[in-house]
Amino acid sequence: MNGTIPAPTIEYALLAPMLVVFGAAIIGVLVEAFAPRYLRSAIHKPLTLLTLAGAFVITIWQARTGIPTTPSAMGAVAVDGPALFIWGTILVLAFVSVLLINDEGHFVASAAAVPGSAEEERALTEGATHTEVYPLVLFAVGGMLLFPAANDLLAMFVALEVMSLPLYLLCGLARRRRLLSQEAAVKYFLLGAFSSAFFLYGTALLYGYAGSVDLAKINTALGSVGGQDTLLYIGVAMLGVGLLFKIGAAPFQAWKPDVYQGSPTPITALMASGTLVAAFGALLRVFWVALGGLEWSWTPIMWGVAILTMVVGAILAITQTDIKRMLAYSSIAHGGFLLIGVVALGNNQQQNASALSALLFYLVAYGFTTVGAFAVVTTVRDAGGEAWHLSRWAGLGKRRPLVAVVFSLFLLAFAGIPLTSGFFGKYAVFQAAVAAGATPLVVVGVVSSAIAAFFYVRVIVLMFFSDPAADGPSVVIPGGTWAVGAVAVLATVVLGVFPQPVLDLAHTAAQSLFVR
Amino acid sequence: MELYVPILVLAVLAAGFAAFSVSIAPFTGPKRWNRAKLDAYECGIEPTPQPVGGGRFPLKYMITAMLFIVFDIEIIFLYPWAVAFDSLGLFGLVEMVLFIVTVLVAYAYVWRRRGLDWD
Repeated sequence: MNGTIPAPTIEYALLAPMLVVFGAAIIGVLVEAFAPRYLRSAIHKPLTLLTLAGAFVITIWQARTGIPTTPSAMGAVAVDGPALFIWGTILVLAFVSVLLINDEGHFVASAAAVPGSAEEERALTEGATHTEVYPLVLFAVGGMLLFPAANDLLAMFVALEVMSLPLYLLCGLARRRRLLSQEAAVKYFLLGAFSSAFFLYGTALLYGYAGSVDLAKINTALGSVGGQDTLLYIGVAMLGVGLLFKIGAAPFQAWKPDVYQGSPTPITALMASGTLVAAFGALLRVFWVALGGLEWSWTPIMWGVAILTMVVGAILAITQTDIKRMLAYSSIAHGGFLLIGVVALGNNQQQNASALSALLFYLVAYGFTTVGAFAVVTTVRDAGGEAWHLSRWAGLGKRRPLVAVVFSLFLLAFAGIPLTSGFFGKYAVFQAAVAAGATPLVVVGVVSSAIAAFFYVRVIVLMFFSDPAADGPSVVIPGGTWAVGAVAVLATVVLGVFPQPVLDLAHTAAQSLFVR
Repeated sequence: MELYVPILVLAVLAAGFAAFSVSIAPFTGPKRWNRAKLDAYECGIEPTPQPVGGGRFPLKYMITAMLFIVFDIEIIFLYPWAVAFDSLGLFGLVEMVLFIVTVLVAYAYVWRRRGLDWD
């Protein structure tokens, strides 16, 4: 017991964005514990926004001072170009989502009280609110930051759990349609826990194969370990199931409509943007860094998954009558488009970099548009809460032209119409895929884009060319939602008309690919 | 393959023991009626009759059990640290303090939210 174990070297400065977010989340829990109830939300709102802004500033500063070329924290975390770009994206999207969360009336007073019961009455008169939302969001964002930057499978698993557990809780806190919200939380939790188990089992099998959970070492082992192919293939498949579940790729998409519909809409916005970005970052890192040498084995499967995801997302979206479910299926379809970019991995460094930068740009563009679209959904309200049924949106263009125009812009961006951000995102990903020889996949992508355009345009037609119902929903736009809408419109238009700066940034970030 | 023979033997022994004890118990055990024996175990909920609107059920036992798990895990990490305290040095101490502080924050939250009160 006299020998000393060398202390690990940890580059705290490089991990600072995550440390700031996690630290603020812990302070948030202390606020929950010790601050009086009437002060809590007044402390949480600036704390959360300042934290996310501060972490963003640190991320920018890191990107400017030089990107490390080796993994940090003893190889557990890789703060490389793509990771920094994804961090920046997640932090901005989370900031915008928190603006949406700040507006009153999205969250339940007391989640445990039955609607209409005496306990519910008491919670309402006491002015109780679940201000735990803020620390939970910060924990989730911290997990989202670690997830795409994790350079070994165990760190990635921890990140996956830190990201998911707060989201499971947040899903169940909707103020209206309580049962649907709690159902969403339980479904997300059960399926999410199941997929985490798949991920962990895959990790164990890959460790059995490679003798390491480090992504780069697994890649090295692909060339040197023989006769263990069963372990390898089953491990990769299970790992893939865990990751594909998180991005909602078919056939693991079943949770997405239910969860997106039932969750409080600002949380849906956070999940549909931040979680998707984080999960794609992690998926790319695992498949390109750890399994890059196994490309010939997983690419055909990924082709199938991408095609299935696009087709299922686009076709099932047509049959939806609920706006949130429709956006959920649209998110599934977009996951499929992004998967096209994942397949575009080859032996050519330059081509890989352009595929990666295309994906990064797509994630930014899609993230902003999604948050904006869900922000609009929060504003159209009936007596019983948000009006989700599409028939309630009929004639909105005549009653509130501005809201309808903004929503139409987002839908056109989803459809990938030129002069919106969605066009350049899709164009860049399809171009990278064609360069990588995945032309048939691009054909399927274009066809499903056309199918998807149908249901986006159908909503626009419904808003502008139908007569409004006499008892139509009212439109309420609180201050935060205004800001979110403005930011999202700005991002969608600027990225659509003048995308070069962000394309360049994504290109620079992707240039060195993922570090090993 | 021979490496696994003792494990197989152990598995057979364990299965045999389980089967033997379960099948012998009804014949050898005394049968004294007690109401508590027919109740749902500890934290269990009576499945029938269904209360109106789903009803509310106490979470006291669940919260206690969850807290137990939290501190159990804390101990699990404290043990190896205590054993290797000298060799881990200052770094180990700092990391452990950080870990305990984090758990303490959760504990403070539970305490302030009256998670420690039984009634």
